[in-house]
Amino acid sequence: MKLWLAKQRYLIDFTLASLARRKTRNLGLLAVYTVLVFMLSSVTLYTHALRQEAARVLTASPEVIVQRMVAGRHDLIPPGYIEKVGRIRGVQKIEGRLWGYYYDAVTKANYTFMVPAENAPVAGEIVVGPALERSRGLAKNNGISFRSYSGKLHSFIVADVLPQASELISADLVLMSEASFRAFFDYPVGHYTDIALSVANPQEVRNVALKLAAALPDARPILRDEVLRTYASIYDWREGIVLALLSAAILAFGILAWEKASGLSAEEKREIGILKAIGWETGDVIKMKFWEGLLISLTAFLAGFVAAYVHVFHFAAALFEPVLKGWAVLYPRFQLTPHIDGLQVATLFFFTVVPYAAAVLVPIWKAAITDPDSVMRS
Amino acid sequence: MRPVDRAIAVLVAGIGAFALCFVDAARLRATAGPDEVERTRLVARLRLTDLALFTEARYTRHPSQADLHSAFQDHPLALEHFPTGSLIAPPGGLTDPSLRVGAGGKAP
Amino acid sequence: MIEVTGIRKAFNQGRDNEYWALDGIDLHIEAKKVTALRGPSGSGKTTLLTIVGCLARPTEGRVHLLGEDISGLPERFLTEIRRKRFGFIFQQFNLIKGLTALDNIILPAYPTGRPRHELLARAEELLAGLKLGHRRDAKVEWLSGGEQQRVAICRALINDPEVVIADEPTANLDTHLAGEFMGILENLADQDRTILLTSHDPLVVESSVVHRVVDMRDGKLIVHG
Repeated sequence: MKLWLAKQRYLIDFTLASLARRKTRNLGLLAVYTVLVFMLSSVTLYTHALRQEAARVLTASPEVIVQRMVAGRHDLIPPGYIEKVGRIRGVQKIEGRLWGYYYDAVTKANYTFMVPAENAPVAGEIVVGPALERSRGLAKNNGISFRSYSGKLHSFIVADVLPQASELISADLVLMSEASFRAFFDYPVGHYTDIALSVANPQEVRNVALKLAAALPDARPILRDEVLRTYASIYDWREGIVLALLSAAILAFGILAWEKASGLSAEEKREIGILKAIGWETGDVIKMKFWEGLLISLTAFLAGFVAAYVHVFHFAAALFEPVLKGWAVLYPRFQLTPHIDGLQVATLFFFTVVPYAAAVLVPIWKAAITDPDSVMRS
Repeated sequence: MRPVDRAIAVLVAGIGAFALCFVDAARLRATAGPDEVERTRLVARLRLTDLALFTEARYTRHPSQADLHSAFQDHPLALEHFPTGSLIAPPGGLTDPSLRVGAGGKAP
Repeated sequence: MIEVTGIRKAFNQGRDNEYWALDGIDLHIEAKKVTALRGPSGSGKTTLLTIVGCLARPTEGRVHLLGEDISGLPERFLTEIRRKRFGFIFQQFNLIKGLTALDNIILPAYPTGRPRHELLARAEELLAGLKLGHRRDAKVEWLSGGEQQRVAICRALINDPEVVIADEPTANLDTHLAGEFMGILENLADQDRTILLTSHDPLVVESSVVHRVVDMRDGKLIVHG
């Protein structure tokens, strides 16, 4: 064992010395490799943490939301509709939700106006989300006016700002009283945007939804499970687009690595011949190259992953923000809670370290089994 | 110092930093607890259904609430305006009828 | 020490350009003697050297080392024999560029896993013996031809082989350096090593250091009357 270890140390010595000979080239390769691992790890860490966040936070959302559909479009809930829903068994609580969108021409941003079911602000006062506080420079007790879609100017006093920690879910919210909301949007009395149902027994949720669909054919029930599923799939897709962008980089790196690893130069071939002639076994040559592949890919993996971790969880994935925020003017600033999926890290490790190590070994195998007498015939 | 020892030192440092990431993650998770409770409470209080990630269009602000045709709300052949549209898939219930409750869904 | 019988070696066997480099060689190489193979280029001396040194296998014939038939041994064993019993000095020196003289010298001992300080001590001793101690940390590509050859000689001796094989050792040296090499050769012979070399340099083959000269032509030995 001790002898084996001493031998491997010698092989690593040699492989490092030969790497050092083409220092710029190999350092360049290591840098590109590290950046690639960094990008891939950043995407996986970011999306996994975001998905986890959505899955945890949205478990508190209503069990069922009922929309009314008219001609394939989401329409207002007319008076009397809520009462019909109320007759379905298993439903514990029914509330009409009032919310809508408002385009603010000043900041060119969209806000979500909403009437909270509990602790609604008094008429004439609003509670705003943290992104609004930033973009409009609002603070507690400031006044602000919005021009409604009917052209009238409505003034509000900012009663409070939602906590910064909640920005991921509340960035663009403007909370107001029901009276203010109806007045601002000229929202017809008795109408609602949609209906939130709470169902006490989770086993009953699907049944309630089915009964609802049967009783009210124009209703579209949206279950909390669907909401959660939407978010699970959203990040799969976002991962997809970033991966698609990355695939070009991966491909380029693949070519680079393949060229570097598999294209044995005449000099390297000659060296292998020399090593074999002076008493290295084929196995020694292969082990030596194996260490080269492992050292480079392991270093790149560790450096790339650690950098990605710091990037995503300490710098809020700042490099990805331009891609992820799309055309949104209001983009939430949030610090993700690090949830790291061990399996994902293992997969990443496997797909970044193993191919390179293999690409290094394949050509060496061929070169190493050639006869050592070639060095005498040059 | 032999090259092999230097390489081992670098790798040990790397593995240490790698392990530290997980330690740091656990630390951040522990300190993030109260904030998460606050977010969850807000979701419950306001009956929220979506993350405020993209505010540019209603089907990106509330993807789970978007109706079947909202991506084509201007015209069925309208081109996608927002890059976000290429980033998010339609909710499962829109594309896969078996996941949708109501339209032909079966009772469990 | 080494006995070869009925050695034939073909290159490109079975193809149009088939070529027999060696055509029936019987040779006994005596232990602790200096044997020189002499002949024009293309006579097959280097090929014979590769077969005696276990770098290549004969197409036909047998090689006995210390009475043991080694022609049929698997590659692993041949490598081990090469490492333990033979030291090679190549015509082109074949040092590994980018490594220091010391690192080049201890390369053949890597697979043995011997402690590094031991190897370095031995290498320094060898270098000092050839008056090259001051160049120990120089990269080999910065060394002159004569210095490179001396590093190659040290490398050949690091595993303390019984047999030293040298291919055209003076071909890349001027007369002065060639003379120095003959001095080193004499020392090696005095250390009771078996030496086999190829050369057509009169300075080598006519030297008193060489005990026996074997002439070769067209893959055959020329038997002197």
